[in-house]
This record gives sequence, C-alpha cells and structure tokens, in this order.
Amino acid sequence: MNPFFEMLSYGFMLRALIAGILIAAPAALTGVTLVLRKNSMIGDGLSHTAFGAFAIATVLNLTPLWFAIPTVIVTSFLVLNLSNNKKISGDTLIALLSASSLAIGVVAISVSQGVNIDLNSYLFGSILSVSWTDVFLSLLLAIVVVTFYLFLHNKIFALTFDADFAKSIGIKTKLYNMVFAVICSVTVVLGMRLLGALLISSLIIFPTVIVMQFSKSFKRVVIYSVAISVVNFILGLLISYFAATPTGATVVIVNLIMLIICTLIRQIKK
Amino acid sequence: MNNPVISVKNLTVSYDKNVVIKSASFEIFRKDFLCVVGANGSGKSTLIRALLGLIQPVSGKIKYGEDIKHNSIGFLPQETKIEQNFPATVFEIVLSGTLGRFKHRFFYSEEAKKAATDALRQLGILKIKERSFSNLSGGQKQKVLLARALVATSEILILDEPSNSLDYKSRKDFYEMLKKLNDSGLTIIMITHDLDADDLIGNKVLSIKECEVSCESTDKFLRRYK
Repeated sequence: MNPFFEMLSYGFMLRALIAGILIAAPAALTGVTLVLRKNSMIGDGLSHTAFGAFAIATVLNLTPLWFAIPTVIVTSFLVLNLSNNKKISGDTLIALLSASSLAIGVVAISVSQGVNIDLNSYLFGSILSVSWTDVFLSLLLAIVVVTFYLFLHNKIFALTFDADFAKSIGIKTKLYNMVFAVICSVTVVLGMRLLGALLISSLIIFPTVIVMQFSKSFKRVVIYSVAISVVNFILGLLISYFAATPTGATVVIVNLIMLIICTLIRQIKK
Repeated sequence: MNNPVISVKNLTVSYDKNVVIKSASFEIFRKDFLCVVGANGSGKSTLIRALLGLIQPVSGKIKYGEDIKHNSIGFLPQETKIEQNFPATVFEIVLSGTLGRFKHRFFYSEEAKKAATDALRQLGILKIKERSFSNLSGGQKQKVLLARALVATSEILILDEPSNSLDYKSRKDFYEMLKKLNDSGLTIIMITHDLDADDLIGNKVLSIKECEVSCESTDKFLRRYK
C-alpha cells in the first residue's frame, strides 16, 4: 500500500490533515493583516489565553471548546480596546496576558484532583485530539474567513495599509477590527488542537513573512500566503508521520526552513 | 459671496484628555489654500483629525458644505504614519482611495480604475503604476499618497506635513503640484512645520498657539510674524 494512503487510512491522520488544511488557510489570511499591522504577537497572547481557558474548562468539567472560544473572543476585544491605552502599550499588554494565562492554566491543572490532563498536548498540540467536530468547525471557519477576504479584500487592504485614511473615507474600521478579533480567536482555539498553545501563532505569522521575501503586491501576498501555509502544513504533517516527530513542532520547522530559503534567495538576487 | 466648504464653530478638541484646541471658529471657502502652522504639539494634527472625523470633538460644530460629505475628503497623512516597506503596488494603493467615492462589489469598478489611472497621469507617475511602494523614493511615495488622496475627493484635500521627508527640489516640485491642483478648483488644507514664506504657499494661514486658533491672510500673517 502506498505510504501516503496508508497514513490516511488512520482516522486521526485523515482528520488532522483535513482540519490542518482548513485551519492553515484562515490562519494565513488573518496573518497577513496582523503581520502587516505589526500585531503579530496578538496570536501568541490569544493562544496562551486559550490554554488557560482549556485548563479551567477541563477542571470545571465544561466542554473546553465552547468555553475557550468565547473567552478568547472577549480577551481579543479587550486587547484591541486596551492597546489604545497610552499607559500600557499593546505589546506589554500581550506579554502580561500571555504569562498570566499560562500561570492560571498551570495552577488550575495542578490544584485539580482526579482530573487527568496531558499538559503537553495543550502546550504542543496532539493530532490524536482532533475530532470530527473540530474538522466541521474548521470547515465553517475556513468558509467564513475565505468569503470575508474574497468579498472585502479591497477594504481590508485599505484598512491594513493606513487605518486613518480608511476611516476618513468611511470604512467602518471598528467593525472590521472586531471581525478580525473573532476570526483570529476562533482560528487560534481550533488550531491549538494541532499545534498547541505555544506553536499555533507560527501558523499565523510564518506564511506572510515568507511570502513578503519575494512578493511586493498585497494581492500576491494574500494568495501566496494561503498556498504556502497549506503546503507547509501538509509537508510538516507528512514528515512528522514518517519521522515520528511531534506534528506541531515539525510544521513550525518546515516553515522556518522555507523562510530561511526564501530569505537567502532574496539576498542572492540582490 | 460663496458658502464655506467647511465651517467650524466653537470647536474644542482634546488629545489624551488635555484640551489642545479651545473654542475655535473659522471658515474655509472653495479654492482656499490654508496653511496650518503652530509649534510641535500645539494641536495641528489633532485639529485635522477632527476635521476628518477621526476623533470626536469635546464640543462645538464642524459643518461641511452642501455637496460635501466628510468621507469624501482626500487625506495625505504624515510620512511616519505609513509603513514604508508595505508590500503593495502603486496602483493598489491609489485604487484604495476610490473606496469612499465609487460603488464596488468584489473588485474595483472600471470607473474607479480610470480615476486612479487619471490621478497617476496627472501627477506624472503613471509609469511606476506596477512598481512596489517600498522601492520608491521619498518624493515618489508622497506623490503616490497624493494620488490616493486625489481619487478620494473632488473638493477638499488635507495634507499633514507632506514636505517633511522631501529634499529642497522635491519639495519645490511638490508645492508646484499643489498650487496647480488649487488653481484647478481644489480646496487645500496643509499642515506645515516651517514658517518661511516659501512654505506658506496658500492664501490663508491658520495658526495655533496655546489652544487659541486664528485664521488670517498669508500676507497679514507674514507681516505680523516678521
């Protein structure tokens, strides 16, 4: 039997492949906006919040996904609004949030009794934990985000390039920022199953940074980021299966290698 | 006498909870070229942001002329507010200026593309249409942002210190371009840092000092200033 098809004969690998592709696309799309607006660390802050929320939900015997999604959405709204505060800068706020959420998560797990939680799977992801519910939710997310970008790519460009100008010509910047916050939150929570709290933000950041090495048009950055994100995820998943390495970390390393190659090519071309 | 395109009455604006403009009242008429001057931190940009609707005034009123909506004012921000290495082509940037004026569905309409092409041609930068913004000189970048502001409006252009990064020749060329646009009927409001007669190229000066705003002719301002 072909090794690729053999891999897919395992239900968990098939679910991981489908969910991964469906998460990689929206993650790359939101990443374009976040990276270009210099908000890359938001993904990191939200993933740590998701970790805390997952831990608390598990300890309280709640459904982790349904507890984590609204928690992370509310947090992202708070970060967006409070990052305009002059006393605490956006990056300071995210650093505080990340550390606090991790601490809350770890303490919640440590004080709970009789609850068996694999801390590693929360922090670094576990393809075994991907369920068909996750796949279905990832499909919904992919449809919503791709449609959003397809219909509104011109306004998203204006907002990303120069938010003040966009607002001055009547684009509803607050509304779009809130939609971004929701999309980013759901992407982080769903992607955490695969890559974990510590690595999921790489799925958001790497594709845009890689594509920016060789593409100088916004439209191309958007399209190529999605393509590279999906390809790198599939490559990472395949390598992790055959080399028996952790999936999340392998996907990140594939992205890192791709970034190094693209940066070198750009330097040589100069 | 014609009606004002912007009429400001008893406007008070604050920045970081500090009042920077207090009870300002002035009028701007069609084809006026108003230079806004004042020391650093005097509230020039804050006043402009209020005119653009980017911040809410504490009190007072900003009234636009009958044919003017506040979202159809062309705006050229300070150079420092723009990410210089943003991956975008010149045409992508200029086209984005049409979003407030033209109806769009998934893609830009032919009308919007024509307006963007015309603006690029008018400013003499049509040949760099497909070039990347990040690879342009400071002068070229300012022209691209001016083209974007031009496609956003047919009435009022607001510029926030547009000559800051320009060398002497580029600045002279840029000012010549603004004078031509003003002669063609555009009302221009420009924040300028310098108080030389070379920089006060408009017919009026609006000066801000200790929260007080005064608006007068450029000649009168220069006589008083000297």
